[in-house]
Amino acid sequence: MKKITGIIIALSMCACFTWAFAGCSKSYDGEINVYNWGENISTGEDGSMDVIAEFEKECNIKVNYTNYETNEEMYNILKNSNSNYDVIIPSDYMISKLIDEDMLAEINFDNVPNFSNIMERFKNPEFDKENKYSVPYTWGVVAMVYNKEMVNEKPTGWDALWNEKYSGEILMFNNSRDAMAIAMQMCSINPSVVTKEDIDKATEKLMEQKPLLKKYVMDQVFTEMEGDQSALAPYYAGDIAMMMENNENLDYVLPEEGSNLFIDSMCIPKNSKNKEGAEKFINFMLEAETAKANADYIGYATPNQAAYDLMDEDTKNNELIYPPKEYTDKCYTFYNLPDDVYSYMQEQFVKAQS
Amino acid sequence: MKKKNIVSKIYTALLLLFLYLPIGVLIFYSFNDGKTTVWKGFTLKWYAELLNDSAIMGSLYNTLIIAFLASVAATVLGTAAAIGISNFKGAKRAIIQNASNIPIINPEIVTGVSLMLMFTLLGVAFSFEMGFWTVLLAHISFCTPYVILSVMPRIRQMDKNVYEAALDLGCNQWQAFTKVVIHEIMPGIFSGFLLSFTYSLDDFVITYFTRGSKFQTLPIQIYTMTHKRISPKINALSALLFVTIMVIMIAINVRNRKAAKTKA
Amino acid sequence: MKSRKPSIPYLIWMVIFTLIPLVTIVYYAFTDKSGHFSFEPFKNAFFYSDIFARSLWIAFVSCLICILLAYPMAYIISRCKEKTQSMLIMLITIPMWMNFLLRIYAWVILLQNNGPIDTALSLLGINVDLMNSEGAVILGMVYEFLPFMILPIYTVMSKIDNRLIEAAQDLGSNGFHIFRKVVLPLSIPGIISGVTMVFVPSASTFLVAQYLGGTDNIMIGDIIDKIFWTDQNTGSAISLMLMAAILVFLIVMNLFGDEEAIS
Repeated sequence: MKKITGIIIALSMCACFTWAFAGCSKSYDGEINVYNWGENISTGEDGSMDVIAEFEKECNIKVNYTNYETNEEMYNILKNSNSNYDVIIPSDYMISKLIDEDMLAEINFDNVPNFSNIMERFKNPEFDKENKYSVPYTWGVVAMVYNKEMVNEKPTGWDALWNEKYSGEILMFNNSRDAMAIAMQMCSINPSVVTKEDIDKATEKLMEQKPLLKKYVMDQVFTEMEGDQSALAPYYAGDIAMMMENNENLDYVLPEEGSNLFIDSMCIPKNSKNKEGAEKFINFMLEAETAKANADYIGYATPNQAAYDLMDEDTKNNELIYPPKEYTDKCYTFYNLPDDVYSYMQEQFVKAQS
Repeated sequence: MKKKNIVSKIYTALLLLFLYLPIGVLIFYSFNDGKTTVWKGFTLKWYAELLNDSAIMGSLYNTLIIAFLASVAATVLGTAAAIGISNFKGAKRAIIQNASNIPIINPEIVTGVSLMLMFTLLGVAFSFEMGFWTVLLAHISFCTPYVILSVMPRIRQMDKNVYEAALDLGCNQWQAFTKVVIHEIMPGIFSGFLLSFTYSLDDFVITYFTRGSKFQTLPIQIYTMTHKRISPKINALSALLFVTIMVIMIAINVRNRKAAKTKA
Repeated sequence: MKSRKPSIPYLIWMVIFTLIPLVTIVYYAFTDKSGHFSFEPFKNAFFYSDIFARSLWIAFVSCLICILLAYPMAYIISRCKEKTQSMLIMLITIPMWMNFLLRIYAWVILLQNNGPIDTALSLLGINVDLMNSEGAVILGMVYEFLPFMILPIYTVMSKIDNRLIEAAQDLGSNGFHIFRKVVLPLSIPGIISGVTMVFVPSASTFLVAQYLGGTDNIMIGDIIDKIFWTDQNTGSAISLMLMAAILVFLIVMNLFGDEEAIS
């Protein structure tokens, strides 16, 4: 009996303490639910700007901030869980899917004057041609990171990921769309829009690669590469830049055959309960200072001209983060795939892995 | 006999080393002034950052409150159920007992997925969102069978005559129940509660499927943080959690010893 | 004390939160995306039978190792002085309170190239890749679930009356004989509940293999997780098959247990 009383007392004490932590509430004029990628906003860590706190202070709107791992997870939650969100930040192809399924609200750009900060080349993108639903947040390319100690000659293209010399030390995307895209480039297929036959070819290519791989990874790539555990891996440019900061042995390659150029944009779902608040938030995110803080923290490229102008020269000239126009011209973006093709791709990828 | 003792001691020591070495390593790296596992010098900055991270603190609070509520509810529900079920006989009892074991026999991931499907359908029908309540309900559901499982053997081993004797000696039913029955099965209730609490605290899978998207518990938070990499903040958190648990457990143990001494 | 009424709230609870979700999953497993009756999900599910078998195998081995490690430990604890008993149980319970992702991550740190164990081994001239193998996955599982094997075995053993053992000694039995004839049969129920507590989660776990395993060690839990976000029907079918496989295993275990107890 005493044991239990003891435990219960101890636990209630813990609960009270945390209550005290969580319970310092104040009154707001409203709240918005923001659904974003993990670690995709400046948090105030290491002296950076705490974007959410700043926004709450400035606009007196409370932000409920939550994360997702993949576009598909976000889509599933949005579609099936009956939860309502005010701001989401999906990638290009997912945005066109959401538009097709009538799940996004048109943004009232009168409430988003800072949209003028966005670079012309990122306005009216392919996935939202009249630019009614989305405001670009970050962009970048997929590149390759390698360890100079383990790879003695600088790789040039994706074929390095199929090179037997590095057998057992290669990492690969654990994400169907990205992995398939690389395999398709190897088979000279344009990964923007694909058919089931293309997917079959890519699957074969991936199966060929599997014996050489150490692992299929997403986030683990950081630990693997920064800790000198693996020799080379494809990943998102902004993240590679961050890995290189943490490990001098690392270097990057922009594959000569071109690569995937992705854009993540802010959108407002149709079932938003506070559209005005959402627009205020988007506008705040577009302010030069905020956008710069976010870009610095995340490491991805910003489509925001005003923020870009504030960047230091080193960042601006970093070809990994801001590849020259000649390179981005060689790149492709993902388009939305029909449902059956998309799920076929997912299934085939799981099959290739097993 | 002596030789046996030494072997036992060595075995115990090795097993405890196996259990504690990884935790020790986690704690060790919480003091590392670098984000990777390469030692870059001593620092306390991760602890400072941890205490300032409102998202982590918020999810810690959620985790504790869910674990506490779920295990208390499961202990009450499960103990009552075990007493009731023990009075069923034959086939009926077997059916009930097997059904109540379903959440244990059932892989966690299947429980999680099936609850998610149900909550999703209900959510569409009655327009509610998955979150705190769905997670709490799910946790109570998977904890209760563990309580039943730990209480049941105690009831079975209990001498039924003790209860009768208490009644004969002038206890009313309620007194006989609290003083005799509960006392007899207390170790079972206690270990059921403890199991529920640890399971709930540690649960990732079922929470992952039933939380909707806004409700965060600590395991979910940790999982989300691995989207990029595990920040040493998490190491600092494990160190603090570990020390807290240690202190609570040792305090309880010391108290019990004192209680035992005063009795003797 | 004789009343069945106390169980009523739980029985109702069980119907709502255990049986109805299972019916839902069965429904999904036998329909296609448009909601029509179909065997398609099961056809898709059978593709993963290799991974299925592998997961059961890994769980089986982990379970076996857990028994081998836990049994002597539980026995040693149960023969200690009461004070020591409660202290040891406390020490074994504490790691369970740590988050499972953190515990697995700790092994990633320990086992990685140039990590503490790898460095120590290479000093001894042994160079093996510890990570990304089936061994690493099994190690992770054993670490994860060992306490859940020790506790139930200990619970049963602590209840074995010492006088029973003394009586056997008085009757001239030697240590091994006592163990075989007295301790082992009486501890079988503990092993069985330990096995349910270890086998089920390890067969169905996800993430452990993603952290510690290589490309060949992906487990069925990971597949369910991946598939469920795009194809809930196939996901449901795989889940049902997993359930069925585990049920069969447990029934076999139970029969085995009963025979042991009788003989």
